[in-house]
Amino acid sequence: MLGRLTWSAIPLNNPIEMGAVGLMGIVVLIVLGFVARYNLWVYLWKEWITTIDHKKIGIMYILMALVMLLRGFADAIMMRTQLAFSHGASHGYLPPEHYDQIFSAHGVIMIFFVAMPFVIGFMNVAVPLQIGARDVAFPFLNSISFWLTFVGMALVNLSLAIGEFGQAGWLAYPPLSELKYSPGSGIDYWIWSLQISGIGTLLTGVNFFVTIIKMRAPGMTFMRMPVFVWTILCTSILIMAAFPVLTATIGMLTLDRYLDFHFFTNDGGGNQMMYVNLIWAWGHPEVYILILPVFGVFSEVVSTYSSKRLFAYTSMVWATVSITVLSFVVWLHHFFTMGSGADVNAFFGISTMIIAIPTGVKIFNWLFTMYGGRVRYEPAMLWTVGFMVTFTIGGMTGVMMAVPGIDFIVHNSLFLIAHFHNVIIGGVVFGCFAGLNYWFPKMFGFRLESKWGTRSFWLWLVGFYVAFVPLYALGFMGATRRMEHYDNPTWVPYMWVALFGALLIFAGIICSILQIVVSIRDRKQLMDVTGDVWGGRTLEWAIPSPPPFYNFATTPTVNDAEPLWDAKQRGTIERQARDHYEDIHMPKNTGAGFIIAIFAGVFGFAMIWYIWWLAILSVVGIILTLIIRTCNDDIDYYVPGEEVARIEKAHFLKVASLETEKQHAD
Amino acid sequence: MKEFFRRAARSKPLLFLPLLLLSGCNWAILDPQGPIGRAEKSLVFTAVILMLIVVVPVIVLTLAFAWHFRASNKKAVYRPDFHHSTTIEIVVWVIPCLIVLALGILTWKTTHALDPYKPLVAQNDEKPIEVDVIALDWKWLFVYPQLHIASVNELAMPVGASVDFRITSGTVMNAFFIPQLGTQIYAMGGMQTEVHLAADHAGTYHGLSANFSGDGFSGMTFNAIAMDQSGFDAWVQKVRGSSQVLDTQSYAQLSKASENVPVTYYGTVNGDIFGEQIASFVGSAPSMKMKSNGDQASAKGTGAMNGMSGM
Repeated sequence: MLGRLTWSAIPLNNPIEMGAVGLMGIVVLIVLGFVARYNLWVYLWKEWITTIDHKKIGIMYILMALVMLLRGFADAIMMRTQLAFSHGASHGYLPPEHYDQIFSAHGVIMIFFVAMPFVIGFMNVAVPLQIGARDVAFPFLNSISFWLTFVGMALVNLSLAIGEFGQAGWLAYPPLSELKYSPGSGIDYWIWSLQISGIGTLLTGVNFFVTIIKMRAPGMTFMRMPVFVWTILCTSILIMAAFPVLTATIGMLTLDRYLDFHFFTNDGGGNQMMYVNLIWAWGHPEVYILILPVFGVFSEVVSTYSSKRLFAYTSMVWATVSITVLSFVVWLHHFFTMGSGADVNAFFGISTMIIAIPTGVKIFNWLFTMYGGRVRYEPAMLWTVGFMVTFTIGGMTGVMMAVPGIDFIVHNSLFLIAHFHNVIIGGVVFGCFAGLNYWFPKMFGFRLESKWGTRSFWLWLVGFYVAFVPLYALGFMGATRRMEHYDNPTWVPYMWVALFGALLIFAGIICSILQIVVSIRDRKQLMDVTGDVWGGRTLEWAIPSPPPFYNFATTPTVNDAEPLWDAKQRGTIERQARDHYEDIHMPKNTGAGFIIAIFAGVFGFAMIWYIWWLAILSVVGIILTLIIRTCNDDIDYYVPGEEVARIEKAHFLKVASLETEKQHAD
Repeated sequence: MKEFFRRAARSKPLLFLPLLLLSGCNWAILDPQGPIGRAEKSLVFTAVILMLIVVVPVIVLTLAFAWHFRASNKKAVYRPDFHHSTTIEIVVWVIPCLIVLALGILTWKTTHALDPYKPLVAQNDEKPIEVDVIALDWKWLFVYPQLHIASVNELAMPVGASVDFRITSGTVMNAFFIPQLGTQIYAMGGMQTEVHLAADHAGTYHGLSANFSGDGFSGMTFNAIAMDQSGFDAWVQKVRGSSQVLDTQSYAQLSKASENVPVTYYGTVNGDIFGEQIASFVGSAPSMKMKSNGDQASAKGTGAMNGMSGM
């Protein structure tokens, strides 16, 4: 009846895991208690769970990323603590089977459920606003995407309480991930949480590709798109091209594990090298799926806070496009040590270096955007300057490892760990914090205060160097990744410094949380009255913060890559509501996306525990929900022009009254 | 509190950090003991210096611009419309291109020179010595096919001789790595990879698996001991003195999962254990079987990737 699910799947005898489960349970109970106390069930269902508004979906993505950042970071602290103690006669406090789950979960959570939702959150919040659209091309699909990602995240966290997580690293190389060597439920949790959230991501890629191609405001030619939109266009292309490879690769591993196929096994004609090639054929573009959007964020931020047009827009666009293309011809650099011939290794080494050219050009362009500017050091800009320095160093160590002769001695070492944290923290994480500070007022109507934000930035920056410079050094000393114990006593001080660095980052995270808490408390003083709190240059700053649910009362016309800046220069900004507005065609909320995702989650759980009847039932549930949704014609409505006029008038009145109030105060 | 600081000052880690940075013997990669490792170390320095040509100016300019053009500095010029300069654009595209061109040439040459499959050129008349390496859960088995002996978690080699490793796995993927000698390479079931290494000086060098392989992974370490010819001969005699025999039965016993395995010697090796290990995985699919003649494969530079020719 319940497949292989028994009471023994719950790790009752493991105090660390049960503690984590307990903590998770308490947080969930507090949230539920809060919802029950203020009777928010209907509000949650109507305003959030069934929403298809891209802005709210974006906020939910970002909230999920922030919560998961805490979970992933807890894993990081546990690893650093283990390695500080586990040397010589001491074996630390984590047995290997637990440590192996922690580093696997850390990688999976940080990439799939922190970095991905963070950048997808920004896509959702900013892209439709920047191109002057009322929503994405397929709002209902967008809701499915989010909830599928959410369910994938839920499965990973469920593995903490029921069963185990994978112990084969974040990419689960076979044969280790095959049934013979990993018979437990861990790899199956990995498989299904990635499959379900991966489909969500693929649909997001399709959605934003179509949105950007088809829904730009009149006059916004390709070469007038904001650079952020350009990076998201390229990211969407990468997602559409790369994620099917991930789905197929994991699909083959699934067949190996469930139906005794031999795609990647040692025996029976399996080929593990095929898996490594395929997973990186997805995995390398994935790196750019993460970094391209934040390149876009930095482009917006550096030009806005320098009060200056972005330097060399055209060259920026072509750099983005060439990175997109090149990201598909470098995957082999992840395994130079597999025994390929010198010609093959040299080709992939050189193609990897070539990517450094457009990336370097981007850095120079940001640099010259600051040149001649009036740089305002709000937190978003601090993150950006921190990124430019840190990412350059990470790029250098990356090009080092692109030389096969160097990779041969540092491959899979702590040097590699330091390198990719150097580009992921120094690039993606810094970019996400820059974006959060930048677009927060657009999302919520008040900005984040800057004192705690600045503290958070410095702690993260210093903490990063303190945590990862020792790992660079340890890599040169021959320390390899994923070890949970070592004998060399000279490594110990470096491990302690790294742990101290992790604690500094932890303090940085605390400051970020305080920044949000303090900002909510002081939201009145931090209010974004005009909707253009930073002196913005793109369309999202031309409308109120937070924007009305229909975004733009009238479709804007675009004459420039920086339409709002252009309008400010020409003095063509609207300062009062019009008398007449057209009716606005809007999609209706629907719970179908949520229901489909819940069925998908039940399906995943049933597959993990071999509960076949439940798996079949949930597939039937998905198909039925889709049919019912498809047969429903009542999916849209019109907002009457009078209603639009009322909302717009209220906004302009509020702006006017607050501005007079401010003048009086001054 | 005072006591804490006094104790902290007395305890070693942080204070000794500068010393650690200077003392060479901890820096496995930067303290190579063989020709391959030496070449790779010098490659590290060449590549870093080439890249610093652009990295240092970028960092300096970033900090300088960020400071000089801060909003509070009213002396800095404000040029809100400065967004294009053909000269700057040419410079920022051309300089990275030139550096990558130089690095690319360096990469092409060194990747061929350091091809793990390429036999080492003998420096003296030391004859190459063959070692078959099998990664097991979780230990290393070293078989000396010319000498018909084997050892677990201890590798001996004469100083100056080219050691020709053929590597496979009896379990999941691992990587065979002796940091101070250079190049690592994967050990994969049903396949054979190769690497050729040599040691310049007598010494004991740490060896490990550099690819995660499960619970006992951290304990999968060994010592690679380089000794002069007489020392090596003595080591061979010591191993021959062991009464343990490595044959199909004892190999099956050894293959079972075990952790932190002590050094073990096999005085006699019966049969082609290495070949049988590969055949045990690919026997049912002969078309996938790798060539056991490493020289042929390496001459073409394709080696273990034979299995991927269909890709």
